[in-house]
Amino acid sequence: MTATPSIPQQVSSGWDKFQRRYAPYIFISPFFLLFFAFSLFPILFNAYLSVHNWQPGSGLGDMKFVGLRNFSDNLTDPTFWQSLRNTAILAVESGVPQHLIALPLAFAIHMGLKRVQSLVTAVYFLPYITSVVAISVVFFTLFSWQYGALNAGLNALHNLPLIGGLFPAEKINWLGEVQYVQPAIAMVVVWRYVGWNVLLYLAGLQAIPSDIYEAASIDGATRAQQFRFITLPLLRPTIFLAVTLTLIGGFQLFEEPFVLTNGSGGTGQQGLTTIMYMFRTYNSYSDAGVAAAMSWLLFAVIGILSLINNRIFGRSGLAGKD
Amino acid sequence: MTSTPLAAPAARPRRSARGTKPLSRAAAILLLVLGGILTLLPFYFMFVFATHARQDIFSLPPPMWFGSNLEANYSSLLERTPFWRNLWNSLYLATLTTVTTLFFCTLGGYAFAMYSFKGKAALFNLLLATLLIPSTLNIVPFALIMQALGWIDTPRALWVPGMASAFGIFLMRQYIGTAIPVELVEAARIDGCSEFGIFRRIIAPLSAPALATLGLVTFVQSWNSFLGPLIIFRSADTYTAPLALRTLQGIANTDWGALMCGVALTVLPLLILFAIASRRLIDGLTSGAIKG
Repeated sequence: MTATPSIPQQVSSGWDKFQRRYAPYIFISPFFLLFFAFSLFPILFNAYLSVHNWQPGSGLGDMKFVGLRNFSDNLTDPTFWQSLRNTAILAVESGVPQHLIALPLAFAIHMGLKRVQSLVTAVYFLPYITSVVAISVVFFTLFSWQYGALNAGLNALHNLPLIGGLFPAEKINWLGEVQYVQPAIAMVVVWRYVGWNVLLYLAGLQAIPSDIYEAASIDGATRAQQFRFITLPLLRPTIFLAVTLTLIGGFQLFEEPFVLTNGSGGTGQQGLTTIMYMFRTYNSYSDAGVAAAMSWLLFAVIGILSLINNRIFGRSGLAGKD
Repeated sequence: MTSTPLAAPAARPRRSARGTKPLSRAAAILLLVLGGILTLLPFYFMFVFATHARQDIFSLPPPMWFGSNLEANYSSLLERTPFWRNLWNSLYLATLTTVTTLFFCTLGGYAFAMYSFKGKAALFNLLLATLLIPSTLNIVPFALIMQALGWIDTPRALWVPGMASAFGIFLMRQYIGTAIPVELVEAARIDGCSEFGIFRRIIAPLSAPALATLGLVTFVQSWNSFLGPLIIFRSADTYTAPLALRTLQGIANTDWGALMCGVALTVLPLLILFAIASRRLIDGLTSGAIKG
């Protein structure tokens, strides 16, 4: 759908010829000037930084080429490994429930709530459009040990007959005890992104033509069979996309743990993600080179995991017939 | 609710078009209502806590209904931080980012959609390739560049780079390429309209739906942004609202009532925006993923 600007045959002034000929370049140049300066250049500069030693406090002349030392510094730093482990655990603890909750919810909306669909999806999407910082502050109070609403709620559930045993009798020190910091952060992430995934899955479900289901039910397939043999296989591209986005987003987790642990990383540094550690390395330790190397290492991790994900869920994975 | 004809056999369960049994339908509704309550509960607590004093927020059981401490919280908030100034900073930054993004992305998207020119494919692929590297990973060079430019503590450190939005270019190119007929542009050209005149008189007005989507998405993302402002802004007077909230939380003896009041003031504008334009916002925020 492109049209070459046809230069009018009539006599036209020099300016007119000029503006017709160069219009597309003039139109894209402001965008691309900024793009080169603030998107492309930082990537190259980051690569340059990662092999140099530069303390931001000192002048430009103090930059020294150090080869791969920044990378080896990271790889021998136990805190870096811990931050990577935290990030991975948080990605799993927040990523898996997100999809296990979002898929049934999307299915429930799709099953027969067409009339209120826009209201329901709007409610579920609400967390995604609110400021992470603002809402993490709210969760910070809800997670409070002695007086938090979450513990009060769990306690009330514990006192119920029958199902009460499923809920803890003791108050949980969510943000103060090593084993609960990560689940608490994961809870906020799950709360925020379930709606986003519901929307994704709903779009995927609605793209499956309904006559396939009709044909299957005429052939005597039960609902469970329909789900297993029609919905799941046809939803695979959507699952792949949603998992990819969760993976890439999850490994860049910063705001939720930063606010919930008050910027500190929390008890036992369990809430310290790699992006948080990178920020700390630059901001508090003033080591731009090591921080830049860290970002490339994280990028490599995200890249490798995306490839693995592609092998499992992508076109090349699973049945491999299509 | 449609009433079933009297002749219909009573034993037969009512089925919807897709053959859903009433029982599983009820289960679906129950699941959705439960999920909806859990989704909305933190918002409810946010507004309730904003009306309570610190000692009431942390009491047993926690307050479940609105209190009478809103005014005290509000004045305490203003004592601790110039919060209206912070909200204004957020508004200023989000508005400027949105307006400039709309202008330059529509201009660029128009060029990509309607012209063929040398280097077009190469530039477009370059744009796609850089999207592979998440921008969060480049915060260190970003900070150093802003320091070198002397833009630390100024909003332009965020809105100037912000207007080069690859998402914006893709969205506008997609919309202009599919929704506006080429014939219209050619007709205007034959009538002697200048190239920029075509953009101003035809492309920009006809792109209104996509402009609204891109504008809303850009505004919301800028309003909520945290990591960028955290690196750039260094004083209470230049802080955006999320930064001011984070600072209030970070100090010793946090006044949680005042903080909750600030949280509510930060979230409320977006809730109103969402109430007005939820469909467009959802479509815009998910369009990169769903259609992409």
